[in-house]
Amino acid sequence: MLGKLSWSDIPIDVPILVGTFAGAAIAGLAVLGLITYYGKWGYLWKEWFTSVDHKRLGVMYIVLALVALFRGFADAIMMRSQLALAYAGNPGYLPPHHYDQIFSAHGTIMIFFMAMAFMTGLMNVIVPLQIGARDVAFPFLNSLSFWMTTISFVLINVSLFIGEFSQCGWLAYPPLSEQQFSPGVGVDYYIWAVQLSGVGTLLTGVNFFTTIVKMRAPGMTFMKMPVFTWTIFCTSVLIMLSFPILTVALGLLGLDRYLGMHFFTNDGGGNQMLYLSVIWGWGHPEVYILVLPAFGAFSEITQTFSRKPLFGYNTMVYATCSIMVLSMVVWLHHFFTMGAGANVNTFFGIMTMIIAIPTGVKIFNWLFTMYKGRVEFHATMYWVIGFMITFTIGGMTGVMLAIPAADFVLHNSLFVIAHFHNVIIGGVYFGYVAAMNFWFPKAFGFKLNEAWGKRAFWLWFVGFYFAFMPLYVLGFEGMTRRMNHYDNPEWYPWLLVAEAGAVMIALGIVCQLTQLYVSIRDRNLAENRDLTGDPWNARTLEWSTSSPPPFYNFAVVPAVHDLDAFAHDKEAGIDTRAAGSNYQPIHMPKNTAAGFFVGMFSLILGFAAVWWIWWLAAVGLIGVIATVIARSSNNDVDYYVPASEVARIENEHTRNLLAAQAAE
Amino acid sequence: MKKKILPRLSSLLCLSSAFLLAGCDWALFDPKGTVGAQEKSLILTSTYAMLLVVVPVIVLTLLFAWQYRHSNTSAEYLPKWSHSNKIEVVIWVVPSLIILFLAVLTYQTCHSLDPYRPLEEEANVKPIHVEVVALDWKWLFIYPDEGIATVNQMAFPVNTPVDFRITSDAVMNSFFIPQLGSQIYAMAGMQTQLHLVANTAGNYLGESANFSGRGFSDMRFRALAMSNDDYAAWVQKVKAASEQLDNSNYSKLAAPSEANPVEYFSHAEPGLFDQIVAKYNNGMVMDKSTGKMLHVQSAMSDMNMKE
Amino acid sequence: MAHDMTADAAHAHDEHHESPVVFGFWLYLMTDCIIFGTLFAVFSVLRTQFAGGPTGKDVFELGGVGIETAILLLSSITYGFGMICAHQNKVGALRGWLGITFLLGLGFLFMEIREFSHMVAEGNGPDRSAFLSAFFTLVGTHGLHVTCGLLWMAVLIVQTGGQTVLSERMTNKLTCLSLFWHFLDIVWICVFTFVYLMSVI
Repeated sequence: MLGKLSWSDIPIDVPILVGTFAGAAIAGLAVLGLITYYGKWGYLWKEWFTSVDHKRLGVMYIVLALVALFRGFADAIMMRSQLALAYAGNPGYLPPHHYDQIFSAHGTIMIFFMAMAFMTGLMNVIVPLQIGARDVAFPFLNSLSFWMTTISFVLINVSLFIGEFSQCGWLAYPPLSEQQFSPGVGVDYYIWAVQLSGVGTLLTGVNFFTTIVKMRAPGMTFMKMPVFTWTIFCTSVLIMLSFPILTVALGLLGLDRYLGMHFFTNDGGGNQMLYLSVIWGWGHPEVYILVLPAFGAFSEITQTFSRKPLFGYNTMVYATCSIMVLSMVVWLHHFFTMGAGANVNTFFGIMTMIIAIPTGVKIFNWLFTMYKGRVEFHATMYWVIGFMITFTIGGMTGVMLAIPAADFVLHNSLFVIAHFHNVIIGGVYFGYVAAMNFWFPKAFGFKLNEAWGKRAFWLWFVGFYFAFMPLYVLGFEGMTRRMNHYDNPEWYPWLLVAEAGAVMIALGIVCQLTQLYVSIRDRNLAENRDLTGDPWNARTLEWSTSSPPPFYNFAVVPAVHDLDAFAHDKEAGIDTRAAGSNYQPIHMPKNTAAGFFVGMFSLILGFAAVWWIWWLAAVGLIGVIATVIARSSNNDVDYYVPASEVARIENEHTRNLLAAQAAE
Repeated sequence: MKKKILPRLSSLLCLSSAFLLAGCDWALFDPKGTVGAQEKSLILTSTYAMLLVVVPVIVLTLLFAWQYRHSNTSAEYLPKWSHSNKIEVVIWVVPSLIILFLAVLTYQTCHSLDPYRPLEEEANVKPIHVEVVALDWKWLFIYPDEGIATVNQMAFPVNTPVDFRITSDAVMNSFFIPQLGSQIYAMAGMQTQLHLVANTAGNYLGESANFSGRGFSDMRFRALAMSNDDYAAWVQKVKAASEQLDNSNYSKLAAPSEANPVEYFSHAEPGLFDQIVAKYNNGMVMDKSTGKMLHVQSAMSDMNMKE
Repeated sequence: MAHDMTADAAHAHDEHHESPVVFGFWLYLMTDCIIFGTLFAVFSVLRTQFAGGPTGKDVFELGGVGIETAILLLSSITYGFGMICAHQNKVGALRGWLGITFLLGLGFLFMEIREFSHMVAEGNGPDRSAFLSAFFTLVGTHGLHVTCGLLWMAVLIVQTGGQTVLSERMTNKLTCLSLFWHFLDIVWICVFTFVYLMSVI
């Protein structure tokens, strides 16, 4: 009846997990209680959970990303603490069974549910506004994508308290991840969580590619598209090219585990090297899926706060596109040490290095955007400058790893860990946080607190160097990754420094949460409110509408004549809103709960499949199909906003604008 | 801003110059063999080449940010300026030149440091052969010429090239002796090759660089580089051991164990390594010297499906 | 997944934009193409890994596969006739052609399942060798797509019931399924060539 599931799978003998469970339960109950107390369930359901509005979905994605950051960081600091303790005979406080789950979960969560969710959230909030569209091409699919991502994250967290998580690292290399060597349910949790979230990501890629190709405002040719939209365009292409490969890789691993097939097993003719090729065929483009949008955000922020257009827009676009193409032909650099011939290694090594050229060009472009500008040291700009310094170092160590003969001694060492955190924290995370600070007033109508933002930056920045520079050294000292304990006295002090860095980053996260709290508390102060919709005097279309934008984004679809359309309108003194005195009804999609239900049934399917509870899996699958059919049969999916309603909303914004101008 | 950044920058520079200190005792910068020494110099050369552009970028970032700060109204401000062919040429050409240099370096070192390539020393000195099997969670070393085997400890004479053939009878591992140089994967059913040499006698750490499960952290061995006489004595010591390794007790050894102590086997079944490889390939194994597939009569076929 | 795309005609007819549904579905098909491409690559790596088990020559019966191929190709043609009727708003004839296509698809699926169950019964299931794992997975993935296509077709047959004029949303759905169905045909031709013919030759 319950498949493999039994009471013994509940880890009540692990105090850390019991404590976590108690904490999560109390916090969860508190949140639920508060929602009930304030009677907000109806509001949440109608306005958020069933919403197909890209802005709301974007906000929910980012909330999900912050929760995932919290979980992933808890894993990180536990690992650092283990290694700060487990020296010279001290086993530390995490036995391998637990420790191996933690580092596997850390990587999986940070990539799939922190970074990917954050990125998807940002593109949701920004892209339709930036191209002058009223929504994405497929609003319902957008909601479905969000729920698939969310329930996958839920599934991963269920593994904390029911059963176990994978102990095979974030990419679950076979044959270790095969049934023979990992008979538990951990790898199955991993496979199902990543597969289900992959469905959401793939649909997001299709959705945003279609949106950008089909729904740009009239006049916005490709070479007049803002750089952030360009990067999302390239990211969408990479998602569509690479996520199907991930689906296949994990699907085949799942078939090995569930049906005893022999794709990657030791016996039966399986080939473990094939898995590495396939998974990295996705894995390397994934890195650029994450970092390109960050590059886009840096471009927008740098030009805005340098009070000057982006230097070398064309170059920037070409560089982005060439990175997109090159990222598909470098995957083998993740396993130079597998014994491929010298010529193969040379090819992939050199292709990898070539990516450094367009990336370097981008850095120079940001440099020359600041050159002869008027650089405002807004908190957002701190992250940009911190990024430029940090990412350059990360790029350098990346090129070192791209030289196969150097990789022969650096591979799988802590040097690699230091390198990719250097680019993922210094590039991706700094970029997303900068973007969040930058676009926050657009989404909510008030600014984030500057002082706490700067505190968060300094702690993250300094904490990063303390946490990861020692790992470079440890790599040079021959320490391999994923070690649980060690007895080398030379490693010990560096690991203590790294622990100190992790604590600083923890304080950085506290500052970020405080920043959110303080900003929400003070949201109605005059200096924090954004009545104009354009708090930074920025250049692109999303700033031409109110903050937060009305649900239809633009009462009148803007006409675009130049790059940085809004900046040109402002310079030319064109009031884009004046044209809209005569409003038309606006066609909008209706909210739907279908995405939510597909997600919930998928969660049931995933959980049941992990535990081999086949009847329940059938319930989940049938539920998914039935919901989709019901949605497809429902013809009441859209409506028109009457012109009078548009006029009412727009007039209110006009009053706000006038009040703001009067106050100046 | 400047006040806060500059000290940090200088501490960074100290750290990075510490990276490049040739005399420090970090394993990779203290190589004991020619392979490791070449890899060290490769790492240093490539780092220096990249610093040519990395340092200016970092300095310019801080300089531009400071010079063109909003409050510095005396600085030139060009609110429309966003294009310059001259600058564009420079920013494409400079990184390209550095990458071109590194690409040439990559091509050369990829071939000269190919782990499959016999070392130049082999022209003068006859190499010794060692067959390595990664097991859960220990390393088995078979010396086919001596007919002996050891676990978690290996020895070889200094200045004598060592030819490794490496496989796994469990999950994927990576065979790595940091102070001697290159690592390579150990995979079941496959044999990879590695050529290393030690130029200084010593007792070096060997480890698995690819995570392999529960006992991974203790999957370490010692690599002992010693004089010819000491090596001969070591071989005699192993030959005097009471344990022997043959098909019947191999499976006991191969069973998972953690923090396995050093073991000596005075006799190792001939062809054991080939049999371990062959059992995942329907009894076929590739002859390294000819590249032909051979069929191995395996007494292990009954344990093909270990699970 | 495929169904959702059509379900989204909601936003289709904004004044400035033609419906993005078919375009989006094209993109989805391209990602599906990558799934099949990867599976073909995996098959080509593992096609000689028999692990002492049977080779393609031993287990494939080209006759049956030939009939399957013919049925599937025919079903593409009948779907095409259906689409012609759809463009002429002949809903009754459209449903008739869809019904015929459905039965042909069902026949294909039936033959494939029979082939699979024979192989499994003879001990040549997907767990026998890497070659058979790759074979069952590649062909089975195609079969799974056909199953989804049939389900979708059934839904459309029901949904078009009682309509005299097809809405734009319905036409889009029919067009998407048409693309899907022809796509599966093309994939099958590759399967037939690279998997069956090349294994037997």
